[in-house]
Amino acid sequence: MTAPLLSVEGLSISFGGVKAVDGVSLTVDAGEIHSVIGPNGAGKTTLFNLIAGQYKPASGRVTLSGADITGLPPDQLARRGLSRSFQNLQIFFRMTALENVMVGRHRHERSGLMSHLLALPSARIDNETSRREALKLLDLVGLSDLAEREAGQLSYGALKRLEIARALATDPRILLLDEPAAGCNPVETEEVDRVIHDVAKLGVAVLLVEHDMRLVMRISNTVTVLDRGKLLVSGTPDVVRNDPRVVTAYLGTFGAQEAARA
Amino acid sequence: MFMRFVQSRWLLVAVLTAVLALLPFLFPSNYYFRVAALVNIFALAAIGLNLLMGYAGQVSLGHAGFMGIGAYAVAIGTTHFKLHGIVAMLAGAVVAGIVAFVVGRPILRLKGHYLAVATLGFGILVSMVLTNEAAWTGGPDGMGVPRMDLFGVRLRGPDTWYMITAGALVIGVILALNLISSPTGRAMRAIHDSETASRVVGVDVAACKLRIFVVSAVYTSIAGSLMAFLNGHITPDGSAGFLRSVELVTMVVLGGMGSVLGAIAGAAMLVILPQALTVFHDYEHLVLGLIIMVSMIFLPRGVVPSLALLFRRQNS
Repeated sequence: MTAPLLSVEGLSISFGGVKAVDGVSLTVDAGEIHSVIGPNGAGKTTLFNLIAGQYKPASGRVTLSGADITGLPPDQLARRGLSRSFQNLQIFFRMTALENVMVGRHRHERSGLMSHLLALPSARIDNETSRREALKLLDLVGLSDLAEREAGQLSYGALKRLEIARALATDPRILLLDEPAAGCNPVETEEVDRVIHDVAKLGVAVLLVEHDMRLVMRISNTVTVLDRGKLLVSGTPDVVRNDPRVVTAYLGTFGAQEAARA
Repeated sequence: MFMRFVQSRWLLVAVLTAVLALLPFLFPSNYYFRVAALVNIFALAAIGLNLLMGYAGQVSLGHAGFMGIGAYAVAIGTTHFKLHGIVAMLAGAVVAGIVAFVVGRPILRLKGHYLAVATLGFGILVSMVLTNEAAWTGGPDGMGVPRMDLFGVRLRGPDTWYMITAGALVIGVILALNLISSPTGRAMRAIHDSETASRVVGVDVAACKLRIFVVSAVYTSIAGSLMAFLNGHITPDGSAGFLRSVELVTMVVLGGMGSVLGAIAGAAMLVILPQALTVFHDYEHLVLGLIIMVSMIFLPRGVVPSLALLFRRQNS
């Protein structure tokens, strides 16, 4: 058996005595869609921030294709093939949609500062290549019509997809999506669903934090449930859906009894 | 349509070149050439500062320090070291770049007000050194800059320096526009909007900021050198003083952050207005201050971007 693409082993961090993430382990394979769910405050986004280099874990290890990437800064993770989107949009609002995605090509642009100042052929080739690749990705997320529009003028749903396109522009092997459908209407959620499927088809692994249960159950290969920083259950959507502990985590003991009676 | 025209960089360069070439026909005296040359020089410095402030979003309240380095490089280089003026100017640009690299590494980690104060300190430091090293710099009284000979011609008149500075400005504009639409340019604009997101897509934020800081310092240093040649005499306060730094920042903000044309407009306003306002005698500074305040109130994004927005609204 080959090593999984992303492997998280016993990851922990505390904030002021509260164990936000406590010994969480999981693995994601290439082309797999792996969702992390859990009640509010379960530590989903914190787990993301640990994997994506925003926080340094107190203990535990993260490996990408067997290489230790624990605590590496985000720009180095991007160069190794891990990129992410944000729950609260992080868009370059004063740039066009196309330019937003072109920034994602940054790590592939090899020309130097001098050629940028003098607009030498190497800089122009970089510009052209980035532009072409970015347009392809805008097409993938269904935003090619809005390419030249300033990002600040785009709708919320469009910005969510723009972030995915920008993250994809780095050519990631694994993509971390933090609530890509949050605040989206059903049509936009449908669109996000399609985009995630297309991404997985490209062989990119997707690690997803999402609240929309229907979306999660529909698209995930594996679902991991967190509760109060700890891993509760991990398995296929069917296994997770029918696990009594999950129902309890979401609804509380009393709620679970009520739900069972209903 | 109009915005396409404004945004196309070659049209901007062509129009600017045409204006700079035609202006001399309107100038009745050398005085006008001198003022216009000063506009070119400060526009060059403001474009450099605007790359840092308006595009990359990093404030500097000490940029006149680089102007001082450029000015004193030609003054000291041509007198103490007998260098040719152009060589001295290039040496000054190299020194400014190196100083920016060394100073920028630690202070560009700071953000917002903290960065402002750190750069402020840097500007004061340069100004102090220039004032105190009197053996080299002539102290607070400043020093003279000998006239430069180029291909056997002595460059002295303001009209000659107008042409030279206009050429430098056009080159500066072209390089800045190239940079803005290059990979580095996109990265620096991205940093301005979200450092977090820039990092996540693989931008080395610290390295990128440092690069822009160095480029910006070189622009300002060249402007300082040109000012020294034009005036023939420089002082620490006049080239590297705190008020100069404030003036540069005002040009950028007044003309328009994140706009090359804005930097030129801001420089033109701050150089020409004090000359034009002398008719108000004792109230000159009062009127200048009022104009700046009113302009910022009604054109809050700076003259050029605010007017461009106004045009766009009317057209759509």
